[in-house]
Amino acid sequence: MITTKGLTKVYRSQGREVRALDDVDLHVRQGEVFGVVGTSGAGKSTLVRCVNLLERPTAGTVTVDGVELTALSGSEQRAGRELRAARQRIGMVFQHFNLLSSRTVQQNVELPLEITGLDRRERRRKAAELLDLVGLADKARSYPSQLSGGQKQRVGIARALAGDPKVLLSDEATSALDPETTRSILKLLRELNQQLGLTVLLITHEMEVIKSVCDSAALMRGGRVVETGQLTDLLSDGHSRIARDLFPLGDFGTGGPDRTVLEITFQGDAPAQPFVSQLARTYQIDINILGAAVETIAGRLVGRMRVELPGSHTDNVVPIGYLRQQGLQVDVLDLSNGAAA
Amino acid sequence: MTWDQMQELMWPATWETLGMVGIAGLATLVIGLPIGLLLVLTDRDGLLQNLAVSRVLGAIVNVGRSIPFVILIVAVIPLTRAIAGTTLGWQAASVPLAVGAIPFFARLVETSVREVDGGLVEALKSMGAGTGTIVRKTLLPEALPSLVASATTTVIALIGYSAMAGTVGGGGLGDLAIRYGYQRFETGFMWVIVAELVVIVTVLQLLGDFAARRLSHRGDYRSPLSFFRSAGEKPKDAEEDLLSSY
Repeated sequence: MITTKGLTKVYRSQGREVRALDDVDLHVRQGEVFGVVGTSGAGKSTLVRCVNLLERPTAGTVTVDGVELTALSGSEQRAGRELRAARQRIGMVFQHFNLLSSRTVQQNVELPLEITGLDRRERRRKAAELLDLVGLADKARSYPSQLSGGQKQRVGIARALAGDPKVLLSDEATSALDPETTRSILKLLRELNQQLGLTVLLITHEMEVIKSVCDSAALMRGGRVVETGQLTDLLSDGHSRIARDLFPLGDFGTGGPDRTVLEITFQGDAPAQPFVSQLARTYQIDINILGAAVETIAGRLVGRMRVELPGSHTDNVVPIGYLRQQGLQVDVLDLSNGAAA
Repeated sequence: MTWDQMQELMWPATWETLGMVGIAGLATLVIGLPIGLLLVLTDRDGLLQNLAVSRVLGAIVNVGRSIPFVILIVAVIPLTRAIAGTTLGWQAASVPLAVGAIPFFARLVETSVREVDGGLVEALKSMGAGTGTIVRKTLLPEALPSLVASATTTVIALIGYSAMAGTVGGGGLGDLAIRYGYQRFETGFMWVIVAELVVIVTVLQLLGDFAARRLSHRGDYRSPLSFFRSAGEKPKDAEEDLLSSY
């Protein structure tokens, strides 16, 4: 649905060059929630703005719903007619909501429809429908200053959906909200994604957001995408940094000559089996649990456990084989670098 | 000087003042608003970025604002004659008044429009809005309370300028105060006229404040007169916001 190829954005100011985006290839499939995560300054905000060309990339192409936006005319300040038409089919929500204080909630939602030239009756009907969808039907006549942060973002979402977009871009939409409101907004995004088949590209600096709504994710660092994929695939990849960040089990415990540390990841119904006690009974070994976490990620139950077995790696080949036979993913933590080998 | 004599002089002068300030004010709003908007739009990273236009316009406005008003009155005499057909009377005085106030108001408009959150412009762009739509649907409506306050300030400044217009045959209250109060030592009459000007200015400011407050839905509009109100009194909008948030 959204594809970027070789996307590069270079800012020049006072003779210095800053490479905000460096050769970014991204592919967001239709109907998925795709999260881009990274620390501030990693280039994720530039990335999402390049998708609807609020910023013109220095190089590379952006294709949304089969239209190559970068081929359409216009400068950063002034978009050509075709680009404006394409933007009407891409919704966007912002960190600071960006609602017009001079308009009521309903008038804010009607704004994109005024731009597309819908008549007044239709606009009213559509706005009422959208406010109902985001649970703010009773606030239609309020002004944004009378709403809480979460309510403002719901208006922002309703407004973004007014043009019946296929794609929703979210620029840190929950970063200005408290944890509880964040959860309710994310839940709403998830529902809209499922009910309307909306493709969502969101950027965030919170792993929590990725964990609770995303199907796929990309990790950005220094303007580059260092890792990307579907969450379920990433979780079964012992090397995945995203997976590691989703399950911070702490850094303690690496293997040694007399002990082996394993990281066991299970998905779906695997945790139904009591594999730890089975392992202990079958091989008569003492198992020390160093850390464990179970989460629902992308709608699936996923868990990870770090355990310590006595003896070196070679002593434990058989128990490890047993665990793998149970459908568990087992990574042996290496002595030298602490990373999964 | 009796009260009747004073009144006989004051009423015509009052109408002259209101007449020239009214006409000049109207012309200032109509011409100053687009100039102020253009100053913002053509500036660097503006929606119609054009540095040449921006610099020329900025220079003209600066020159207009630096010329002392008394000199401006004389300097624009040819223009006054071309527009009003004469250089005497309050109708003629409206021309230099407008010429003096346009750059002043344009700068105030510029400041007001610049205060509109850039995020709103971005939001409109993301909806596929063009420049005209952004100006009509965001920049002007969002800046409106501030623009009304700027217009109030400008009209009140015009009343001050109009006193000087009187010195070149424009008539009006300021002229009356100078001719009778100052030159003929009718100090009492002078104070009466000053009192009348204070009343006019205060009423205009209150009307402007009222309009700006009614238009502002952010609850953050502060009037320059609020200094005189009691300290414990809350602005009305803030109260409404507080109530509705429960």
